[in-house]
Amino acid sequence: MDFPLLSTLIWLPIAGGILVLLVGDRQPGLTRWMALGVSLATFVASVPLFSGFDRTTAAMQFVERASWIERYSVEYFLGVDGVSMPLILLTTFVTVLVIVAGWEVIRQRPSQYFAAFLIMEGVMNGVFASLDAMLFYVFWEAMLIPMFIIIGIWGGERRVYATLKFFLYTFLGSVLMLVALIYLYMRSGSYSILALHDFPLGLREQVLIFIAFLTAFAVKVPMWPVHTWLPDAHVEAPTGGSVILAAIMLKMGGYGFLRFSLPITPDASMTLDWLVIGLSLIAIVYIGFVALVQNDMKKLIAYSSIAHMGFVTLGFFLAYAIMRRTGSLSGAAMGIEGGMVQMVSHGLISGALFLCVGVLYDRMHSRQISDYGGVANTMPKFAALMVFFAMANAGLPGTSGFVGEFLVILASFRAQPWYAFLAATTLILGAAYTLWMVKRVVFGAVANNNVAALEDLSRREALVLGVLAVSVLLLGVWPAPLLDVMGPTVDHLVELMTRSKL
Amino acid sequence: MTVAESAFLIPDFAPAAAEIVVLFMACVVLVVDLFVSDRHRWITYGLCLLTLLMAAMATAMYVPRETVLTFSGTFVSDPLARVLKLFTYSVTAVVFLYSKDYLRERALFRGEYYLLGLFATLGIMVLISAHSMLTVYLGLELLSLSLYAMVAFSRDDPVAAESAMKYFILGAIASGCFLFGTSILYGVTGSLDLAEIRRAVATLDGLNIHLLFALSFILVGIGFKFGAVPFHMWVPDVYQGAPTSVTLFIGSAAKIGSLALLMRVLVEGLGGVQQSWGDMLLVLCILSMGIGNIVAIAQTNLKRMLGYSTISHVGFILMGFLVGTRQGIEAALYYTVAYVIMAAAAFGMILLLSRRGFEADELDDFRGLNARSRWFAGVMLVVMFSMAGVPPFLGFWAKLAVLGAAVDAGLTWLAVTGVIFSVIGAFYYLRIIKLMYFEEPSDTLSLGGGSDLKLVLSLNAALIVFLGVFPEGLISIFNQIVTTAP
Repeated sequence: MDFPLLSTLIWLPIAGGILVLLVGDRQPGLTRWMALGVSLATFVASVPLFSGFDRTTAAMQFVERASWIERYSVEYFLGVDGVSMPLILLTTFVTVLVIVAGWEVIRQRPSQYFAAFLIMEGVMNGVFASLDAMLFYVFWEAMLIPMFIIIGIWGGERRVYATLKFFLYTFLGSVLMLVALIYLYMRSGSYSILALHDFPLGLREQVLIFIAFLTAFAVKVPMWPVHTWLPDAHVEAPTGGSVILAAIMLKMGGYGFLRFSLPITPDASMTLDWLVIGLSLIAIVYIGFVALVQNDMKKLIAYSSIAHMGFVTLGFFLAYAIMRRTGSLSGAAMGIEGGMVQMVSHGLISGALFLCVGVLYDRMHSRQISDYGGVANTMPKFAALMVFFAMANAGLPGTSGFVGEFLVILASFRAQPWYAFLAATTLILGAAYTLWMVKRVVFGAVANNNVAALEDLSRREALVLGVLAVSVLLLGVWPAPLLDVMGPTVDHLVELMTRSKL
Repeated sequence: MTVAESAFLIPDFAPAAAEIVVLFMACVVLVVDLFVSDRHRWITYGLCLLTLLMAAMATAMYVPRETVLTFSGTFVSDPLARVLKLFTYSVTAVVFLYSKDYLRERALFRGEYYLLGLFATLGIMVLISAHSMLTVYLGLELLSLSLYAMVAFSRDDPVAAESAMKYFILGAIASGCFLFGTSILYGVTGSLDLAEIRRAVATLDGLNIHLLFALSFILVGIGFKFGAVPFHMWVPDVYQGAPTSVTLFIGSAAKIGSLALLMRVLVEGLGGVQQSWGDMLLVLCILSMGIGNIVAIAQTNLKRMLGYSTISHVGFILMGFLVGTRQGIEAALYYTVAYVIMAAAAFGMILLLSRRGFEADELDDFRGLNARSRWFAGVMLVVMFSMAGVPPFLGFWAKLAVLGAAVDAGLTWLAVTGVIFSVIGAFYYLRIIKLMYFEEPSDTLSLGGGSDLKLVLSLNAALIVFLGVFPEGLISIFNQIVTTAP
């Protein structure tokens, strides 16, 4: 393909963001429409990525490659496969919704707000599209800057604490990855991720590199016990920030495992898979219980995100256990595919739930569950959508939440029935915390005058939530397009991660 | 050629043309400044900028690209000298420009600042071109003496006077140590010429006790000039106490002098015993990164904080040198230049925010800057993230170069130590951004500062972004220098 599609997806929103910044706040209307225009244009530009995608190959597509820093053999090397392409689409899609969701809500410095999200979008696309490890790292770190600003300026009361914690946590994780990448470069002479996939490494090196990667990705996912930044960041971030955090930024951790950890350090992954599986199961079970006792809606959804992301990492690392137990690889791909579907689906569902909380927060300025009750009486449309998303979050069949969890649980059965048993507790716990929250917030008698005075969804809000509901449903009943896209890539990945490098 | 013969040869002056220009012009400025009234002080300022321009032309137009020795081998012109000198002129010019408004508002806009600045620049140039321990010492003292006077230059300010005293006394001790080390080195090698020393050292055992003795004293001097822990005591006091325009000079241009000192003496002269001084630098490096970053967190004065931040950056520069490979030297050079560009912008911001009777050197003075000027809050954001080593800014590539050199030399643990300290360091840079963006301003006055200051400061920040997105150019310059060096 001649047209530099991926570059467009990266630089168009960044340029648009800078433009929005230059227009400034004198004409808030113009700023908003410009931001929407840019994000829509980016989304439209990302559609050919899906329609023109070759579903039969695991090779990188839409490749762009140019030298960037010759001295360190860093290249401007972009390309997507079945794993990264859906995530880019998710990014461009969610960004449009976030812009719309922030339309009238953001009164303070709107141009900086929209610009931050647009720049963020470009940088996130860059993370998913990079095939050069250093380019990846540049985007990976650059992403922190707009997010730091977003939480810090438009966040809640304890925003400064939350944003500093978020930044330093992620920064600490990623600098270790930086050293690992430098080490890999010094050994192999290349930062190309594809070349690193084939580069042989000893077990000791692999283990150290694996741990460095694990620090970076585990913080991002986040996995227990390095998850503590997430509830703070989510609670304090403005609605749009929470959505981007939950929908996309958490996915980068999962994506990192697929792109770096598993294929570059397969033997270490095999040796240490118990660690990741153990942490994932703790996240699923323990964090599920933690979510149950939350009084703050955003915090509850944040903990539920951690539990759901536990499913993702569990699915990714099941292959080795399956191989040890059954001697074959059938089912390994299922775990990874399940994890991937879970990532996309969680992106949509948790994003939607955060938007729901945002809708309530904009009206009542409270996130406490106890301040609500009987919202269904005054906001019937909203209640319907919120209940739907809550069901999806609990993994109701027919929604996208079910597909991913089901695939992962199936795969974990092959690996070890106990894994499946523990993982399946999420069906109970997830239902418990989500539905209990819905019961307390949405149903029952009208709790107080504030609730009685609530107005139902505006057209803008209804549009955003409606679009999300449709996509959740669509992915739930017909996940085939997504599974088709990633099939060959996942098979190739399973081959890479089970091929010893020793 | 014996001494008697060479004494009758007229040395080749061309390689030192730039130094001669600066010296000559400094004298001219000295005289002219006597006859200019305060109202026309801009003439002095203009002449100083002209001097730098002339020096730049002299350096750029000097034809031989290879290494040329002159003045009986005490003075060298090589690619490294050329690049560092050109860089020094530009930084000094920027420093002069940033300082203009600040000095004028404090009735300090006198010829002395610029004159001393020129002499200090001359000192840096001599250091850069030094090819004998004597020339090194000459340049070092010329630079240091000018700096002492510049710190004390705000006569009525007791804090400035105190820090000048500290700087002078500690600096004198350090110079003494350096000279003492040099004399022992002379005893060991029988020469002051750096090439001779290099040859003589090559025949010595790295554990030769006399050599180690000399090395330790020389390192004390170098450590002091760089401000590396444990010879860093003067840095925070001088940074805070000196007038900001002087701090700017010490924090940016003067660092090139320290770099040249280390390059010429340790790398060129004593490169053969890298093993011996590498271990000593290792201690300085880790201590500097640790103490610099941790103590900076506790500061409330921005100049003082930047002082500690300098110390931590020096740790990174030393990391490049101590690995001892060409790649490491290249990385250290690159890091220093990158750091100087960032430091100039950071102090430039303080100067921009300062007004008559008001020093914007407390952290709180940056509170709510985003509401007062989005543009310059953005400039400071770029500088801070760059100093913290976050891509895509210049500071990241500098860190990457140094870390890469360390990992390549098998010092992965050192690289890990470095990055962990830089995470600690990120905290205090982020705190400035937090103050600027997340809090409301305590005063709503619009920014002062002339349009020339604003323009150059913006360009300075733009350069940090540009060199972050397209780092190739600057990296390859140093790559060439190091690969062509003997």
